Amino acid sequence: MTYFNYLCQGTAVTDAAIEVEGLTKRFGEVVALDGIDFWVPARSVFGLLGPNGAGKTTAVRILATVLEPDGGRAAVLGHDVVAEPDAIRRRIGLAGQFAAVDPNLTGRENLRLIGLLSQMETSAIPPRAAELLERFDLSDAADRPVRTYSGGMRRRLDVAAALVPRPPVLFLDEPTTGLDLHSRNGLWDMINELVQDGTTVLLTTQYLEEADRLAERVAVIDHGQVIANDAPSVLKAQLGSTVAELGFEDASTAEQARELLAGRHPGVEREGTMVRLGSNEGPRLLVDVLRRLDGAQLAPATLAVHEPSLDDVFLALTGRHAEEISEGAEQGAEGPAVPGRRRRRGAA
Amino acid sequence: MSVDVATEIVRERSLPVRAIRDALAVTGRNLIAYRRVPQLVVFSTIQPVIFVVMFRYVFGGAIALPVSFFPYVDFLMPGVFVQTVVFGALATAIGLASDMKSGLMERFRSLPMARSAVLAGRTLADLTRNLFVVLLMLAVGFLVGFRLHTDVLGLIGGILLLLAFGYAMSWIFASVGLLVGDPETAQAAAFPLLAPLVFASSLFVPVQSMPGWLQPWANHQPVSVTAKAIRFLTLGDSPFGHSSDVWESLVWIVGILLVFAPLAVRRYRRAI
Repeated sequence: MTYFNYLCQGTAVTDAAIEVEGLTKRFGEVVALDGIDFWVPARSVFGLLGPNGAGKTTAVRILATVLEPDGGRAAVLGHDVVAEPDAIRRRIGLAGQFAAVDPNLTGRENLRLIGLLSQMETSAIPPRAAELLERFDLSDAADRPVRTYSGGMRRRLDVAAALVPRPPVLFLDEPTTGLDLHSRNGLWDMINELVQDGTTVLLTTQYLEEADRLAERVAVIDHGQVIANDAPSVLKAQLGSTVAELGFEDASTAEQARELLAGRHPGVEREGTMVRLGSNEGPRLLVDVLRRLDGAQLAPATLAVHEPSLDDVFLALTGRHAEEISEGAEQGAEGPAVPGRRRRRGAA
Repeated sequence: MSVDVATEIVRERSLPVRAIRDALAVTGRNLIAYRRVPQLVVFSTIQPVIFVVMFRYVFGGAIALPVSFFPYVDFLMPGVFVQTVVFGALATAIGLASDMKSGLMERFRSLPMARSAVLAGRTLADLTRNLFVVLLMLAVGFLVGFRLHTDVLGLIGGILLLLAFGYAMSWIFASVGLLVGDPETAQAAAFPLLAPLVFASSLFVPVQSMPGWLQPWANHQPVSVTAKAIRFLTLGDSPFGHSSDVWESLVWIVGILLVFAPLAVRRYRRAI
């Protein structure tokens, strides 16, 4: 008996909110999920980390009973997604990648509609809506049609809508894409509060930083498979807290630089004219690298330092960049395009 | 499992209760849009008003009814009523396609609502709008000289038949909207469907004036049949409408619903 069956029998010792085993899904020729497994303990935040088209959204859609899987099993709070979708729908909230709110309704009317369709007690809806509007800083705009809202306001309303029936399990599909810094931090605080109140959160993200900040555990997804499942701090530790990228005039100079640095920095890699290395001691790394290069008359043309990104995790785990995804996979699995991968850089 | 606290504010309701409550909630939501974006209703009324004015005062003089039972304006108005509900059905396609594109449909599918409510709520809202638009067009008709030749019962029967036909058309366009999933494409896809129904019909000119090969289609296609049925109900028996047209129209309505309601429901199940 697998641990999954064991859990599903309700005799579990562990308090699992979400269990996924061997889940597969195809869209025509495109394999969106190629047998993924993970499980999420109750009252925790779990991150699905991966580039566009990796299969994150497909996994969330299946868990939220929007899509049916082709194979494998998935359960939310012990209810199977195929056999008991209605039991799951009464216990979850979903905020997707696109602000799924009605532009012609006001913010308050949108929340009321979701409350009604969530089978809430009619009298419980207005106070709950008012509370959420207040909490998401939308009270002033509550009675204006949503089409007058800014993008950030729509997204906040979208997340608020997912919370109306106080779901014990919350799915957030790239919740901070398109949010400004202030809104993003507000949402992060909100997620932490929800978890303290006993909510289980599954979130997808393209940003290692976001997963690191929120999730206790992260599954890295690539081409529909889980390629790593660990605490974000462990993933980051494998990379070093700082990544430096040096660009050279040509590949042979870059290779000379790599050879020169390899003796002292074992993780150094070259890719074309770029040399890349990570370390836990950023400033000291730079001083040492520049001194050595200068001594050998190998001055780099460009120099960039940044925190490890999803791309670096990918490079470390797969030897490939994160964005090597075919157009078809992206369309089929993730819907319309979303804004590109963000990367923070600081020139040194 | 201990986390599965039965959330005290979410109730378990039986399916029939949910089906009605949820359909009404979605209907209300769609009607708010009509109230708040009046151009949706204005567009679907201005166009038929222009047709009324054009055919009544510009082309009307040149269109001769082969047998003159009544003035051309009486012939024209039932045609305009039908045209109004047929073009109005486009809104069903556009509304559903917009919900698919915006992601609202996906959210609906993650909620414990009755599956039928999205389609029922959409078509019921469009039925309500049709009632409003039809009454408005009736007023316009009386203004330009349309006169009832039967009685009030005939008029009420005509309006009911018209609304039933509009409702059936809504299901055709619900299927179209869900198939294309994008409001602009829905609009483009609908026109080639509408043109032969609206223009190769008895809406504006008597079928007797058309070439022989076109007459069987123009006589028996659903839009023509319904216009003739309404002529019978409001103007009495004439070469432009018999009691048999009412039955033929009802058969079309039932037939369309039987084919397109399951088709739309199937498309909805597959649509995200």
